[in-house]
Amino acid sequence: MKRLRSPSDLEQFRKDILNKKDPERPAIAICVSTGCEALGVKNVLKSFQEEIEKQNLQGKIDIKETGCLGFCEKGPRIVIYPEEVYYFKVKVADVSEIVSKTLIGKEVIEKLLYTDPTTGKTARRLSEVPFYKYQNRLLLDDNAKVNPKKIEDYIGLGGYSALAKAFFQMTPDQVLDEVKKSKLRGRGGGGFPTGRKWESTRDAVGEPKYVIVNCDEGDPGAFMNRALMEGNPHSILEGLIIGAYAIGASEGFIYVRQEYPLAVENMQLAIDQAEEYGLLGKDILGSGFDFIVKIHKGAGAFVSGESSALMTALEGKVGEPRPKYVHTSEKGVWDKPSTLNNVETWANIPLIINKGAKWFESIGTEGSKGTKIFALAGKVNNTGLVEVPMGMTLRDIIYKIGGGIQKGKKFKGVQTGGPSGGVIPEQYLDSPVDFDELTKLGSIMGSGGMIVMDEDTCMVDMARYFVNFLCDESCGKCVPCREGLKQARKILKRIVAGKGEEEDVSKLQEIAEVTSIASLCALGQTAANPMLTTLRYFNDEYEAHIKEKKCPALVCKELVSYYIDPAKCRACTLCFRNCPVDAIEGERNKIHIIDQEKCTKCGTCFEVCPPAFRAVDRISGEPVPAPVPEEQRFLKREKKGNKGKGAVD
Amino acid sequence: MTMDRIDKIIDKYLDEEGVLIQLLLEIQRDFNWIPKEAIKRINERLKIPVSQIYRVASFYTGLSLKPIGRHLVRVCAGTACYVRGGPRVLDSVERILEVKSGETTDDLKFTLETVNCLGCCALGPVIEIDGQYHGKLTPASVEKLLSGYD
Ligand SMILES: Cc1cc2nc3c(=O)[nH]c(=O)nc-3n(C[C@H](O)[C@H](O)[C@H](O)COP(=O)(O)O)c2cc1C
Ligand code: SF4
Ligand code: FES
Repeated sequence: MKRLRSPSDLEQFRKDILNKKDPERPAIAICVSTGCEALGVKNVLKSFQEEIEKQNLQGKIDIKETGCLGFCEKGPRIVIYPEEVYYFKVKVADVSEIVSKTLIGKEVIEKLLYTDPTTGKTARRLSEVPFYKYQNRLLLDDNAKVNPKKIEDYIGLGGYSALAKAFFQMTPDQVLDEVKKSKLRGRGGGGFPTGRKWESTRDAVGEPKYVIVNCDEGDPGAFMNRALMEGNPHSILEGLIIGAYAIGASEGFIYVRQEYPLAVENMQLAIDQAEEYGLLGKDILGSGFDFIVKIHKGAGAFVSGESSALMTALEGKVGEPRPKYVHTSEKGVWDKPSTLNNVETWANIPLIINKGAKWFESIGTEGSKGTKIFALAGKVNNTGLVEVPMGMTLRDIIYKIGGGIQKGKKFKGVQTGGPSGGVIPEQYLDSPVDFDELTKLGSIMGSGGMIVMDEDTCMVDMARYFVNFLCDESCGKCVPCREGLKQARKILKRIVAGKGEEEDVSKLQEIAEVTSIASLCALGQTAANPMLTTLRYFNDEYEAHIKEKKCPALVCKELVSYYIDPAKCRACTLCFRNCPVDAIEGERNKIHIIDQEKCTKCGTCFEVCPPAFRAVDRISGEPVPAPVPEEQRFLKREKKGNKGKGAVD
Repeated sequence: MTMDRIDKIIDKYLDEEGVLIQLLLEIQRDFNWIPKEAIKRINERLKIPVSQIYRVASFYTGLSLKPIGRHLVRVCAGTACYVRGGPRVLDSVERILEVKSGETTDDLKFTLETVNCLGCCALGPVIEIDGQYHGKLTPASVEKLLSGYD
């Protein structure tokens, strides 16, 4: 392998890679990311390899292992080149047919194409799939084109040309200026202008300076950063190296949560390969600029994703926030100037350098430029990663891309910004995703978590969930956060258990006020958002829990009872047999009854009761009817072909 | 034997600063927990105070000061899984294994943990067993899944 010593070396290398490629050669691109892996893609991959061998096609068909394209729900996903046919939900059983029919016979297999559930039409190209049609995938698109374990793939697509441009056609100041002009704002949650952050590190006194990638991705329910780091690590690395050049940093860290082993593996490979080619390390591309990068694994603490905490963790200490009288951009790791940006922020940099600030600035809204990746999840039909231009409305994301609410249920709210964000109700669905607009609604853009909730979601329970999460994750260093959240959790637990008191709501509001103002770090400062937004938009649910002891969404266990409607029960014994605690009494042709004392409210009976009967009711806010008297429990069943012969017991 | 393994890991981190978390993660991966001997040894060789090692090991959910079972079951308690019925999956696992989250079964077969998010939110509810992810679970399917381990 040859070390690249100049931009022309890089260009030559790119040409060699492209020359070696035969664009007509059939290839299969298979997503091997965590999502598809959970759906068994490893077996599909293996069986493709075996099938190709079996049909003696080695060397004639390429298999490319790629990253995530975002539509994890419909995985395992493969793409057949050169025709670019997309197949979803591919199983081992489909493999031999795909090889002989599509790869050899050039014939499309209809049943593996995406079928639009509303029109029943199939789609061959991604641009015809509604989930993709409305997206603008500047960052995610390459995930299907590169094997993240091969730097050659990235370079073949034009990778590291931004680095060459920045290093040889621009001064560090010009690079910084370009980033400032692009108006890029941080994707990690706060939305701080990236150029300004870089500038303060550049201007700060102290050597060495550090640049850091934040891939802690602590928001439970979000996986944008994972997909980028697993699927296209070089794009992040290239951004980081360019940033180091602009700032004058000589060392970089990549902080990845250890729960993402594949991201760690692919990033380490990327670093090693970049070093081998002279794109990292000493005298990068012959420019005289030196820069090294190390990976640091996070050991699992939400608060460690906060900037000062993360830097403390990089020093090997407990990752707790520290007071920020002095910004970490000036005094960060080992008290040296350090710039920390989110994965997605860094991945935008090569695009900005290559295409220019003007181009970048043309996408998005006044205050929020570029695209944003969201992890669309929860009760929406199409779940997965979506990348949209800033300014798209929540409604378009949830309905056009997400395909609406599952099972035709009613939309209730959408949580953006994870535990630090808030729930946005239906009346604001036409709001654009934009840093400032979402803040106005009491939520935040956050890092990209977007959890859709339907009528079956209890908003009080959601508030309890988030407060409980934050309470567990609070590092406990400062009193307002530690004690305030503990009290708030206690009150919310009380309310969902049906023991809420009238003044609980005002108490929650009081706590929210104090934690927002007096906490040391943003965890505590934003902790009240889920509480405040649910109180603001769903106050009626709080009232129902507190005054009527009723959970309107039928979620809160202590407030819900399961009851078998004797008029509907056909005594089929399904629930009787499935109840894990033997709380159901009955037998064939004898109406079943739930022993309310024994019932743990697991909901199994509700689920297994055949849809044709729907005999299990959930009751909240009113007493459970008394069981039917024993003598009325025997069903008179009409036997087939033996009409009118009376009861069979 | 154990000491050898510990020493080998420590050897890799001798000349660097700020390595404690990385070192503990590697010990955790090798032993599935942080044995007392390891803490003593790190203290001896790297001169890091025992109190600091304990502090770090108890702060992070990825580090465990108790030995864990042969199979590590991690149920996702993240938001996406939560709204899709994660709590009911957790309830079932707790009922089937007869342990609560954070505990190990008496026969040392399973350790049950909850995690904040496994990054497979589109497939929720998700659980991970020994590094293998399983998505779209229901209380019924999880029962079948767990019965496949011995
Ligand atoms: C409790 C807490 C957790 C955070 N977790 C993350 C995280 O997982 N990933 C991230 O990029 N930023 C996280 N942040 C935001 C970081 O502090 C920081 O603002 C961000 O990484 C800066 O990058 P950006 O300017 O590119 O957004 C967190 C903040 C807080 C208060
Ligand atoms: S606000 Fe909470 S998490 Fe942040 S420093 Fe204070 S106690 Fe720790
Ligand atoms: S919320 Fe469960 S995997 Fe993300």
